[in-house]
Amino acid sequence: MSTINLKETEVPVREVRLGSITGFEGTADELVRCSQAGTLKDSTRNFSQCMGCSSGNAFCQLSMIQDAAIINHGPVGCAGDFFTFNFTYRVGQMERNLPAVNGRYFNTNIEEKDTIFGAVEKLESTIRGVYERVKPNAILITTSCASGIIGDDVESVASSLSEELGIPVVACFCEGFKSKIWTTGFDAAYHSIVRKLVKPPKQKTNKVNIVNFWGSHIFDDLLRPLGFEPEYIVPFSTVKQLEHISEAVATIQICPTLGTYLGAALEQVYGVPEIKSPPAYGIAGTDTWLRELGKVLDREKEIEEVIIKEHIRVLPKIKEYQKQLKGKTAYLTAGAAHGHALIALLRELGLEVQGAAIFHHDPIYDNGDPASDALAHDVNTYGDIKNYNVCNKQAYELVNILNKVRPDIMIARHGGMTLWGAKLGIPTLLIGDEQFGFGYQGILNYAERILETLDNKEFVINLAKHSTMPYTKWWLEQSPFSFLRSDLDVKIY
Amino acid sequence: MSKFIEQPRYSCALGAQQSIVAIKRAVPILHSGPGCGTKINRLLGQGEGYAGGSTVPCTNASETEIVFGGEERLKSVIEGAFKVIDADLYVVLTGCTSDIVGDDIGQITGEFQTENKPIVYVETGGFKSNNYVSHETVVNAIIDQYVDKFSPDKSKIKRLVNVFASIPYQDPYWIGNLEEIKRILEGIGLSVNILFGEKSDGINEWKTIPNAEYNIVVSAWAGLGIAKHLENKYGTPYLHFPYLPIGAAETSKFLHQVAKNLNLEHHRVEYFIKQEEKRFYSHIERTADFMLEFRYGIPRRFYTILDASYAVGFSKYLLNELGIIPAKQFIVDDTPEEFQDSIRNEFQHISELRAAEVEFSIDAGAVQAKIKNDERKNRALILGSAWERDLAKEIGADLLIISVPVAYRLILNCGYAGYNGGLRVIEDIYDRVLDTYR
Ligand code: SF4
Repeated sequence: MSTINLKETEVPVREVRLGSITGFEGTADELVRCSQAGTLKDSTRNFSQCMGCSSGNAFCQLSMIQDAAIINHGPVGCAGDFFTFNFTYRVGQMERNLPAVNGRYFNTNIEEKDTIFGAVEKLESTIRGVYERVKPNAILITTSCASGIIGDDVESVASSLSEELGIPVVACFCEGFKSKIWTTGFDAAYHSIVRKLVKPPKQKTNKVNIVNFWGSHIFDDLLRPLGFEPEYIVPFSTVKQLEHISEAVATIQICPTLGTYLGAALEQVYGVPEIKSPPAYGIAGTDTWLRELGKVLDREKEIEEVIIKEHIRVLPKIKEYQKQLKGKTAYLTAGAAHGHALIALLRELGLEVQGAAIFHHDPIYDNGDPASDALAHDVNTYGDIKNYNVCNKQAYELVNILNKVRPDIMIARHGGMTLWGAKLGIPTLLIGDEQFGFGYQGILNYAERILETLDNKEFVINLAKHSTMPYTKWWLEQSPFSFLRSDLDVKIY
Repeated sequence: MSKFIEQPRYSCALGAQQSIVAIKRAVPILHSGPGCGTKINRLLGQGEGYAGGSTVPCTNASETEIVFGGEERLKSVIEGAFKVIDADLYVVLTGCTSDIVGDDIGQITGEFQTENKPIVYVETGGFKSNNYVSHETVVNAIIDQYVDKFSPDKSKIKRLVNVFASIPYQDPYWIGNLEEIKRILEGIGLSVNILFGEKSDGINEWKTIPNAEYNIVVSAWAGLGIAKHLENKYGTPYLHFPYLPIGAAETSKFLHQVAKNLNLEHHRVEYFIKQEEKRFYSHIERTADFMLEFRYGIPRRFYTILDASYAVGFSKYLLNELGIIPAKQFIVDDTPEEFQDSIRNEFQHISELRAAEVEFSIDAGAVQAKIKNDERKNRALILGSAWERDLAKEIGADLLIISVPVAYRLILNCGYAGYNGGLRVIEDIYDRVLDTYR
């Protein structure tokens, strides 16, 4: 278990904290066993393609706090994702009937001379300028490779300006070069929130924290009849709401890859219990998750009723879908825990999962509880997955694999990957809302979308006919893992 | 200027990776942090092209490369790129990490250059400049390290010109604009190296850059550095047309200037221009009564929040050919000071009757506030970016998105340059206007 230390300005990266890796080739079972035995070692690639960086993922969680302003302390290029998140923010405003506003995002514009003299003054004057212009309830600062390497003391600036302005001015350390696992940026964002925004609880409430992106509010119907109020965090929260998340009765993770640190921090620091079970995907997974929830919320009887009712509702439908999907093959690429969840879902529906390219692997989460291990749950419930590959968005490996495996459908959970299925004429499905597959209803939702995708091949068939391939013929004939230098210790105890 | 930026509308030096992506069958190799490529691609460009986006090779610099240097890592990624990526030209671009640490990328890339591999390197650490400036740096590097070496002979070919106009992806309409510029220059009898996009012949075309008789820069300032470089290097003279020609009047003016500088055959040039003008004005004439009689309100004044080339180009066209009057103009491309006066001067004489006020600022958030507080008597048009949606709504203006971030439009080959572009402007403005009625 990693110990949460709020005194530290920075949270250690996942590689160090959790022993997470970004390169692996083998079967899911092997990976699970190495993880549990503590013998997991990372592999590196001699050739690699653009990934993503922590600063983007930190921004992803901070940028939709409704009354905060964000300052990205870096050269202007690091702010290239501002509008991407602003777009998401605005779509979410529509779904929540909120008035249309732009996120208040600023960049300090670090230039050449700043790399010599430091950019601390620039940061200070930006903070003051932003405060004047926006009058936000908090200012959050994301760092960059440049600010990190030149050694700007962002923490001190934040503290002194916080005092000067009388609002939280919070540093979030998320330099891209620090981690190969961009989800480290989530941890960085949560660390700064728990450190500087969350207040110690005054009283317990009936709220349940839901650590999620900006997904649909699917927990309302489950929690309200049980007497609890869902608190969807962090996007679309206000600073005030975040101050009180320590008062909740429990924390639900929509995806432990996202919320591992926040869940553990709230539990360790403020005693808010985290629901420790793989997220609710597939029948077995949802059953387990609900029972765990029932236990923590002390609603076991009511939850059993929900389970029975839902089984009666969905099981016959799932049988129908299974018939239609029987014999179909799928390949999956996604982030870690969500990928594991989707594997469960696909197999529940009777698809054969030929393999998966999952962005990274956390052998354990911050809560230190193996009960949260979704991949272990997959293997135990549905059997091993051959061709399980840990691959941080390396499109060249993916193309190579898809070209050989040729599944009936590819499922992707991240932009930049779908194209490769489509260029090969493989129907490809990308689902943005991670709540879409959650729970019993999620199985049905996915089944419908998979059938639609399988049925609608015209676009990909046509695209494949007219596409060029930027990969060499030589490469497509090699083993997909030719560049993976594996130091993996597969000795199993 | 050391001010902060709200709502950025350009990228950092490394943003020039998109200029490489725009060259047919060329691929950038980033020696940078892991997130840079993706962030750039999110602002500049919809879709990854041939080998951009998730295909771009990158060393994904980590702590190890910061502490011990990243040269070995770069070498192995370059080797891999040659094996895995099927491209004609590989361009190594550095990010902040490498430039601060001081990796000797020239030496690493040099080893491949000695083997005559088609590879070029440029230092584009994000803090060095923005992508307007580094576009020049990168193009010049390709000329010096690749074109000069591989072009078989450097003698001038009559009537061959190189064009430096829209900066790919920074100008979201670059493909359409470059296509139109090529079309009209061919129309008056030139052979055109357009260098980027589908209408270019890729690196074969690049190799003939030294053979051009003339360089044509169609831009307020970005791109001039390339023409000057080529003048020094190959003695090629250049013509500077300091804004994007939009619509018949300005496009004809542009062509006349080119024809004069290059001494083109008068007849052919005039014939082409006549034909184009005839076609252009026939469309306007055919619909003029509709435009004149549409009585429910169309924009009377316009704001621009654009780069200098677009700002001047649109202002001339909207005012002189459509009678929409410039309100205050904001130029947000971080125009170097040496060019600001001549741009101000363009606005001073925007028509024979009128001057327009112009302000240079990189902080578009502040610009929005100024527009909001501006006094308005009639319906306005905003030429800006996706950031202007709420502003437009708030002040009851129509918004035509010309600048990145684009977000609310998908652009295939739409362009606003030239005769065709001018017509497209009218269609698109009326499209926005008419769509506001129930
Ligand atoms: S990797 Fe570093 S330089 Fe690149 S976008 Fe991320 S923080 Fe900025």
